[in-house]
Order: sequence, then C-alpha cells, then structure tokens
Amino acid sequence: MGCVESMNYEIVLRDATFKESRDYIKKTYAEFRDVLPGFKVFDTHVIGLPPIAIALDGDFVIFPFTKPCHGTFLLRVEDKNEAARLRALKK
Amino acid sequence: MKLYQSEGMGKSVTGEPTTQPATALLVLGCPQVPVQTSIALYLINRLKKAGIVPTVAGNKAANTLLVVADPERHYLGEVMDLDRAVVQITEKKRDFDCCFVFIHNDAGVTYAGTMSAISKAKVYTIIYGEHYEDLQKQIDFPCTTIAAKAVHNPLPLKKALDEVAPWVA
Repeated sequence: MGCVESMNYEIVLRDATFKESRDYIKKTYAEFRDVLPGFKVFDTHVIGLPPIAIALDGDFVIFPFTKPCHGTFLLRVEDKNEAARLRALKK
Repeated sequence: MKLYQSEGMGKSVTGEPTTQPATALLVLGCPQVPVQTSIALYLINRLKKAGIVPTVAGNKAANTLLVVADPERHYLGEVMDLDRAVVQITEKKRDFDCCFVFIHNDAGVTYAGTMSAISKAKVYTIIYGEHYEDLQKQIDFPCTTIAAKAVHNPLPLKKALDEVAPWVA
C-alpha cells in the first residue's frame, strides 16, 4: 500500500477498530459501496472484514486503511476520476 | 517428510502428477507483544520438520526481529513484506495451503478476515496478548483458532499450538 503515503489525504478517523470505521461510514455518509477485501481503491488493495464500506462524498473517496501497529484509519482523498469509477459500480 | 499435492498444482509438463511440498504463510502482526517472534520461530521449525515450506509476511519491524534472530537462516525461509503478500494473493499470482495469522489487536483480526476472503488457504488464527478473549469474540469467519493469554511468556501459546498441531493436519 505504498502509494497511500504519497496521497494528499485527510484522516477522518484515527486508531479506530475496523468495525468502528465501517459503522462511521454507514452512519455519516449517504453514499457508499460495499466491496470485498483486496478490492483496489486508487492503487491500494483494501484490507478488512467483508463487507468493506467505501464512502463517496462529491469528489471525495473515504476508505479504511489498516496498519498492523496502528489499527484502522479512515482516509478521505479527493479524486474525481476514482469517485466516478466507484460510483459506477453496482450497489 | 510430509508431501502434499494441492488441487490444480503439482502437474509436470508431461501431465504426470508430481508431489509438491505444502506451503504455509505466517502473517505477523505488530511485534510489540514479545511472544510473537518466539512462537513464529517455533512454528516455522515445526512446519519445516513436517515438510511444509513456510513464508513469513510482516511489516519491517516484525520481519527484522526474525531475520536478526536467525542470521544464518536455520529456521527462516522466505520473508516478504505484508502488503506485497496481500497484493500477490489478491491478484492470484500466489497462494498458500495454510495461513497462520498472528493476532493481538484489532488490526490482526482485520488481516485474518482479509486472508480468509482472498486466499484459498486453510486459515489459523493465533490469538494472544492481554485481550485475547475479546479478540476471539470478533472472529466470525471460517478458521481454526489457537488462543492463550500470553504476553511475555510464550509457553501457554506454545501449549495451545501443540494441542492443535496444525503441522500434522
């Protein structure tokens, strides 16, 4: 997941459990997609317990990012093309 | 030596079946709980003695603890970056016959759930640390759980591992 570090991201949630991040997405964002572990968002294969919720908020994509020592972060990244690609996925 | 032939594998170019050694992936968690490195080396040794080829996947710190402890690679075989392992399994470039995921925090459960979803391997969760019982309750995917309250002393976890003896299965 090397490319995440080079993204211009905002941390929405920090040191959360995976479940907390999923609940936060479903409670906070009206638009989201459920995907399976390994699904590619940007150049990152997402880690998580299925189903993994990825939110869309305008041109922003909000997705979980898990590191072994730091738990799960919820990241918010602006990318019009990626948001459009995810939006085109079937719900 | 135990030999293994998994489905779709182990055929020579002439189509004749061949036997290939079984493979195991050890997914390491954050190395902040001391028993992980000890149990990983113990498990690697048991797997190798059973003819199973182990590969370790962890973050830099977890991998380095093992590499420094075994400089002549008496126990360790291949060691790879955890993210790279996830990519290779997801993209179907590689898979393993069994997968051991070390868990002492929520991230460990998350990685185990991921492996259960993306890999065809038989998944074993090795759960330890102060909160091992809470973590056990979060496991809701198919796997064999090996758990003990072990932080500094690896013997309770070794005992739990020996009872399951995954290298014999």
